[in-house]
Amino acid sequence: MSSLTEKDRPVVQLLMNTGTCPRCILRFCCVGSQALYRRPYTDLMKDLKEFLKNNEEKEDTVCFDVVDLPCKRIRLEHTEERPDDLNHNGALQQIPLANDENIAVENSAVKICNVCLGILQEFCEADFVKKVCQKVNSADYQFTSFVFSVSLPPQLSVRERAAWLLVKQEMGKVGLSLAKDDIVQLKEAYKWIIHPQLSEELGVPADGKSLFEVSVVFAHPETEEECRFLATACPDCFKPAKNKQSVFTRMAVIKALEKIKEEDFLKHFPCPPSSPKNLCVALEIQCNNGAIFVAGRYNKYSRNLPQTPWIIDGERKLESSVEELISEHLMAEFKANSFNFSSSGREDVDVRTLGNGRPFAIELVNPRRIHFTAEEMKGLQQTINNSSDKIQVRDLQLVTRSAIGRMKEGEEEKTKTYSALIWTDKAIQKEDITFLDDIKELKVDQKTPLRVLHRRPLAVRCRIIHTMKSEYIDEHHFRLHLKTQAGTYIKEFVHGDFGRTKPNIGSLLNRTTDILELDVE
Amino acid sequence: RICVITLAEAHPLLQNGKTITSINYQISANCSRLQNKVSGKSKRGAQFLTELAPLCRISSSDGEEYTIYSCIRGRLIEVNENILSNPALVQEKPSTEGYIAVVLPKFEESKSVTQGLLTQKEYEEVLLKRLNSSS
Repeated sequence: MSSLTEKDRPVVQLLMNTGTCPRCILRFCCVGSQALYRRPYTDLMKDLKEFLKNNEEKEDTVCFDVVDLPCKRIRLEHTEERPDDLNHNGALQQIPLANDENIAVENSAVKICNVCLGILQEFCEADFVKKVCQKVNSADYQFTSFVFSVSLPPQLSVRERAAWLLVKQEMGKVGLSLAKDDIVQLKEAYKWIIHPQLSEELGVPADGKSLFEVSVVFAHPETEEECRFLATACPDCFKPAKNKQSVFTRMAVIKALEKIKEEDFLKHFPCPPSSPKNLCVALEIQCNNGAIFVAGRYNKYSRNLPQTPWIIDGERKLESSVEELISEHLMAEFKANSFNFSSSGREDVDVRTLGNGRPFAIELVNPRRIHFTAEEMKGLQQTINNSSDKIQVRDLQLVTRSAIGRMKEGEEEKTKTYSALIWTDKAIQKEDITFLDDIKELKVDQKTPLRVLHRRPLAVRCRIIHTMKSEYIDEHHFRLHLKTQAGTYIKEFVHGDFGRTKPNIGSLLNRTTDILELDVE
Repeated sequence: RICVITLAEAHPLLQNGKTITSINYQISANCSRLQNKVSGKSKRGAQFLTELAPLCRISSSDGEEYTIYSCIRGRLIEVNENILSNPALVQEKPSTEGYIAVVLPKFEESKSVTQGLLTQKEYEEVLLKRLNSSS
């Protein structure tokens, strides 16, 4: 094997004897050539054994290629193909041996690696790749790239540590050192091997930034208890989290491994690690697409429609809601798991939203379909509008997540325009209300309205009524158009809320007033 | 459920001929309803009221003093400070601007509190009975 040198020999021998697989051996020898890891398992095994065999005749007969220097981390997309390294027959030149020794053929059953528990063995094979791709294809997602994320059982970190200590010790005998960071990470090597295979089967490239995630969770029940000793050695790393089943999470285990002293580790954990009887199991193979955001504006023409479903004690108080009427069709088209509806402010059940409409955004979680043309969005808008006369949407479009932040900002800053139908107890004449038109920038102090006081903190809000325009109807009714600061409670400004909004239309007119209808634009 | 405490229709203070001279929210040496401070959605820090907890004492010009009781259990959210500056409000608009206090019962007790009250009809029957028995 061209990437291995003399100094690696004792390490290779040691790891081979203790039950470590070829790829893990390469990792601990800091071999950074991705292509080598991708070679078939049996070839790697053969080459390693030959490398060891040549121990006897190493003086003039063996010719090594350029030594592979320990590599730093290699980026995901960068494939390191160095044709010089790779010799089709195996990197080592065949040396005719004096003794006709057969390369000892070990029992044909592959021993499960004591470090990777089979991850760099079985789970790199075409069968597993097929299994994953089957799952992906049956889930019926639309995607143009993928990111493959793997969750490894925490015991692997423990075993890795044990193997490192073992190798470090061995190398120490000849005065060499091995930094933890020089070892090729298991996950990285795994991705080197499996990404090209997945990419080929799925027909799309692997991309770290992809929104489409294929995730696999591995577990190894046989060795689950191996982390226990860390809890006694470093108890403060393991806090029982309420919603996690096991306290031994990967993060906690890694933290504990960083804290624990070498001697303590070696006291409690076998070094080299024991050979397992069973492989890891792939618990779940799941697919997930990043969320998609659809935004637009809605008009509400019903005085009987809440923005969000109105359900008390499991009982629905009013049929449907703005959010359901809009998202129903989006959910069907995008085939998402769920949605999150948000809008720039909201209106009461009995208030109509006229004018350009209220900005809203819907986050579609885990959509199966992600590509929609402008034409298709228009069509979707039409479908929504045709399905109900209670609401209408416009400007329906795909947006980014940042759009929601900007939409929410508008909530505080905008000026709102309202139209209110007002009733008075004492009669009014046309002249009695004209003075309202002349009032500009009226400061109003509003205590938290009684009707929301049960779920809001008690506070006083200062708000400004910018302008008003009155329209006389009859002795007990008139319409009032107002432009106010965002966040003003209009109903309370009209009826006064037991005198807790001051001034109010009632106090200005010196009558008892109430609001019959409200529209917002 | 938010509750607003007001004087009932038949309260002596609302009968003819009475003038309110003063309203006092200091109900004992240690307790003034005016010092009630609540914070947050759950109205922490509120004075807790039982049915017989006094809210305020109202004095009328004929020398009488009336104690207004909470009548329901719950947290005191606010007392009406407008009536301190304008006591006439209590008599002019007892059911709106002349309210006494706002109380928020515990969520679990909401139903039982409501059930312990009389409907308008039931109240009118009580008044009728009173009238008949006294005449």
